[in-house]
Amino acid sequence: MNTVRVLVGTRKGAFVLTSDAKRARWNISGPYFGGWEIYHLKGSPADPQRLYASQSSGWFGQQIQRSNDGGQTWEPVGNKFVYDGVPGTHQWYDGTPHPWEFKRVWHLEPSLTDPDTIYAGVEDAALFHSTDGGQTWQEFPELRGAQGHLWQPGAGGMCLHTVVLDPSHPERIFIAISAAGTFRTDDAGKTWRPMNRGLRSEGIPNPHAEVGHCVHRIAMHPSRPHVLFMQKHWDVMRSSNAGESWHEVSGNLPTDFGFPIEVHAHEPDTIYVVPITSDSEHYPPEGKLWVYRSRTGGNEWEALTQGLPQRDCYVNVLRDAMAVDALDPCGLYFGTTGGQVYGSADAGDSWAPIVRDLPPVLSVEVQTLP
Amino acid sequence: MIRVVLPTHLRTLARIDGEVQLDVEGPATLRAVLDALEACYPMLRGTIRDHVTQRRRAFVRFFACAQDLSHVSPEALLPDAVAIGTEPLLIVGAMAGG
Repeated sequence: MNTVRVLVGTRKGAFVLTSDAKRARWNISGPYFGGWEIYHLKGSPADPQRLYASQSSGWFGQQIQRSNDGGQTWEPVGNKFVYDGVPGTHQWYDGTPHPWEFKRVWHLEPSLTDPDTIYAGVEDAALFHSTDGGQTWQEFPELRGAQGHLWQPGAGGMCLHTVVLDPSHPERIFIAISAAGTFRTDDAGKTWRPMNRGLRSEGIPNPHAEVGHCVHRIAMHPSRPHVLFMQKHWDVMRSSNAGESWHEVSGNLPTDFGFPIEVHAHEPDTIYVVPITSDSEHYPPEGKLWVYRSRTGGNEWEALTQGLPQRDCYVNVLRDAMAVDALDPCGLYFGTTGGQVYGSADAGDSWAPIVRDLPPVLSVEVQTLP
Repeated sequence: MIRVVLPTHLRTLARIDGEVQLDVEGPATLRAVLDALEACYPMLRGTIRDHVTQRRRAFVRFFACAQDLSHVSPEALLPDAVAIGTEPLLIVGAMAGG
């Protein structure tokens, strides 16, 4: 029988939630790395027992932890993230030049095929990779050449937060940066292009600029890698041509501001977002926590509320804090800044809290194990 | 033999119980002690001082013999009591909440 392992990163440690395929009763272990911020942890698709975690602290900096036994034991590996050459400057909030400074790893994306190869998206925005299981890290400096001097931080910092690997095109990688936009390489990181045509953003001098957009997250279904979905600062967007152009699919959403976006494991046109009131009110509208689902790839959305708080709820759901499992029916999970992790074993129709009182949740990932 | 007391989170990271005892060759400077510490516990590299610049991380402090050594040169000699092991060098996370 399958089991499900949910990997939760929080402001004060990591937690691992496990269940059988019914997803009704959960075992909760942790905190791992108690007291440290765990921005993200993720398992290798090629070896599900190989996990990586990004552990950081305002006092002691960045660590990368690796597990070879599904999270029971961990060992620190390489933590030396040094930009290639002199990284120059990006724009500060006021538009003045500001030097690049490494702060932390936001997102870890293991290779689809090799457990020792992994990508790390960092703040200040850059993409690193390791081919020795995280012992050593090298930057893809050409990414910063894609008009990096015009990138600027979003409210959370200038972070490279999304890394999407194309299963049909091993040398193609999509990444997203706040606030720069989406970029794509087709040659394993040697060259990069901005992929932001069709995005429109207030708050930058040219709303249609090639770079400068605050993309919050992008998602892809592996069976249809040329279709991408995006939750932008405002606007939910879709690309049907691998990011060459985007069009808005916010449709009837009550607000199109939000952070995560996710795709159903078996239905490539079924997508999920969590609408948030506004860019300065990071909580759900009307104090009601809604997940919205579209079964048409956007534009037509339905509210999923059963089992979610429908009054006095003022939490946020951060960009990496939603994930799907691969069971049938598809399971969906998200964590909140209030420390709740909610799960649905029926593709979002109904929800129940798995755990209610964790530290603020930064990330949620799911592994479906045989 | 020089004694070093690490903050809790770094002891956990390096799997250290209690204080660290280090043999430091040559003059007992802060740089020599940190070099010896990182040689014994490589996972501490980058946690106390920057990998490249070797500058102290902003929220890390060095105390010994009731003195704040955070701002002395890394090449300066540590107090005699630290050099001969009667007093420990304290590596402390700055009191900054969190």
